Amino acid sequence: MTHHPHPLNPRVSFAECPARERIALLFDEDTFKEWITPAQRVMSPHLAQLGVPSSFDDGVAIGEARLDGHTVFVAAQEGEFMGGGVGEVHGAKLVGLFKRALRDRPAAVVLLAESGGVRLHEANAGLIAVSEVMRALLDVRAAGIPVIVLIGGANGCFGGMGIVARCADHIVMSDIGRLAMSGPEVIEASHGVEEFDSRDRALVWRTTGGKHRYLLGDCDQLVDDDVQAFRAAAIAALAKRRPLSADVLEKEHALLAQRLVDGRETRDAVELWQRIGVTQAARVPDMNATQVRALRSREESTQ
Amino acid sequence: MTWSDVLTQLFGGAHDVRADADFLSGTATFDGQPLTVVGTTHHAPIGFALALRQARVVLDTVAQHPGRAILLLIDTQGQQLRRHDELLGINRAMAHLGCCIDLARRRGHRVIGLVYDQALSGGFITSGLIADGCYALPEAEIRVMRIPAMARVTKLSEEFLTALSKTSPVFAPGVQNYVRMGGVRDLWSGDLQACLRDALATTPTEDVRAADGYLRGGRKVAAAVVEQVLAA
Amino acid sequence: MSVPIGIESLNYEFPGHRPAGQFAPVLVGVVGSGNMEVMLEPASTSTCRFAVQTSARGFGAIWEAVLRDFQQRHGLAGVSVSINDMGATPAVVSLRLAQAAAEIE
Repeated sequence: MTHHPHPLNPRVSFAECPARERIALLFDEDTFKEWITPAQRVMSPHLAQLGVPSSFDDGVAIGEARLDGHTVFVAAQEGEFMGGGVGEVHGAKLVGLFKRALRDRPAAVVLLAESGGVRLHEANAGLIAVSEVMRALLDVRAAGIPVIVLIGGANGCFGGMGIVARCADHIVMSDIGRLAMSGPEVIEASHGVEEFDSRDRALVWRTTGGKHRYLLGDCDQLVDDDVQAFRAAAIAALAKRRPLSADVLEKEHALLAQRLVDGRETRDAVELWQRIGVTQAARVPDMNATQVRALRSREESTQ
Repeated sequence: MTWSDVLTQLFGGAHDVRADADFLSGTATFDGQPLTVVGTTHHAPIGFALALRQARVVLDTVAQHPGRAILLLIDTQGQQLRRHDELLGINRAMAHLGCCIDLARRRGHRVIGLVYDQALSGGFITSGLIADGCYALPEAEIRVMRIPAMARVTKLSEEFLTALSKTSPVFAPGVQNYVRMGGVRDLWSGDLQACLRDALATTPTEDVRAADGYLRGGRKVAAAVVEQVLAA
Repeated sequence: MSVPIGIESLNYEFPGHRPAGQFAPVLVGVVGSGNMEVMLEPASTSTCRFAVQTSARGFGAIWEAVLRDFQQRHGLAGVSVSINDMGATPAVVSLRLAQAAAEIE
């Protein structure tokens, strides 16, 4: 399956590439082998009755590829189709990928996540699907195969997929990427514009964007919006397995409990960053990835 | 049925479960064995703190009571929809709760979920849906999102969605649909003790929901797609 | 008022003169708002067949004109063109078709 050729450019925006192009450019050239191709037309059984067009691949491409010579299993969600929402088929493709990883033991599973979570048009089927993805991912992680999530699309990684991402070993984000639970519109619709002004883009990105997540430690690497930067980060993550154990979860619990204390009554990210010892907190929104990375190593070394 | 009624039917007086605002926790004795009970009430919105409180109970059970079964009592309106929770990383707190339950399962603790009132997506994904198996009382409801919000996001009208939730298993909130789709293993009615006994004894530890959805006719495609990926 | 009455299916077939031969299926575009995806596959005909699934109902005449125009330009033979459309304009449709054709020419 070929893709629309992209003009050669030293720096290719990850956010602006469709999912299939991200796969083609990020992994070793011409090594992606897709499972369940669009030509097989494994599509949503639920959308047509709602008058919504389906996509030949139900919004996710899965398969295997090489990353720096290592065999990895890959999934890339297409954020432009149904907001990357997980429906019955989409979810089953992801579950199949994880189950196959348990059987075939690749070096890693790499998930290019861009999703609003459960595909509302498939409601109940989507909710159960996301849950099945979560359990299958944790099986792979428990088997010692690292799961690496790359988040850099304009639609971010929300809802059930925002939880799934945090079940993985390793997350790479760009500042364009967002990682959260509820979208800003839902919060505003629920509790008003004072609670969350969804049109205030700076606020939205301070609260849920890659730089904030990186400073908090909710993602492991922060990169520029550049496919090659994501590639390098994914390669570096291959070695970074983090198996779960009671010890690991106790440490995680302590970290989150401390965050609850540190973050008490903070209204805005800048205040939270100051509380956790980030210097120059007020200037973070204007900084690039390199500058923000330097802030976290400084913050970590003073603890 | 209130959480208190549920526990009385299950354990009689043999439990010390208390409610602290929306949070439920305690220990029960069932068939001579102690059992951890943890969950929520009052259709609780699950925020960062409440996710953590539940996780703590699960971790304590794993640390102090090897092999003890855990019963998750579910009554939630979904995730807390607040800026502060998003700022702190509610998705991380929820993932943590899910991972704690998953660890307990892998360590041999039976984990059974029971939706006794309502469950909405975010509050349910990392509790009932990550247990060994999830059960529900017949009058319970499970939803992804309330219709007005769903209408706003999907641009489908409220009238249309309301009609769909009466006729389409994909949209209907009744737990019978979730049983048919494989998401809920069974409904508990009548002799709840027998239901719990059976659940503890027979709930599989692998995820059989896609197969159940296929066999029961509610989710016809998922299991086949998984097989197709394995065979590709 | 949004009570969907389903996807519209449109089918066309035009003669062609440039046999495409065997090729791996080609996929261009994404099914987003105002956009469409198109897949080209080899077919055992001397024509070019188009199958359109669209949520924007009632534009059959425009589809026919755009597809006929495309076929006049490219004359593909032995090709099956499948489209999932979410309200792409004629300009976008033509662009995606041209991008897809470029992959097999």
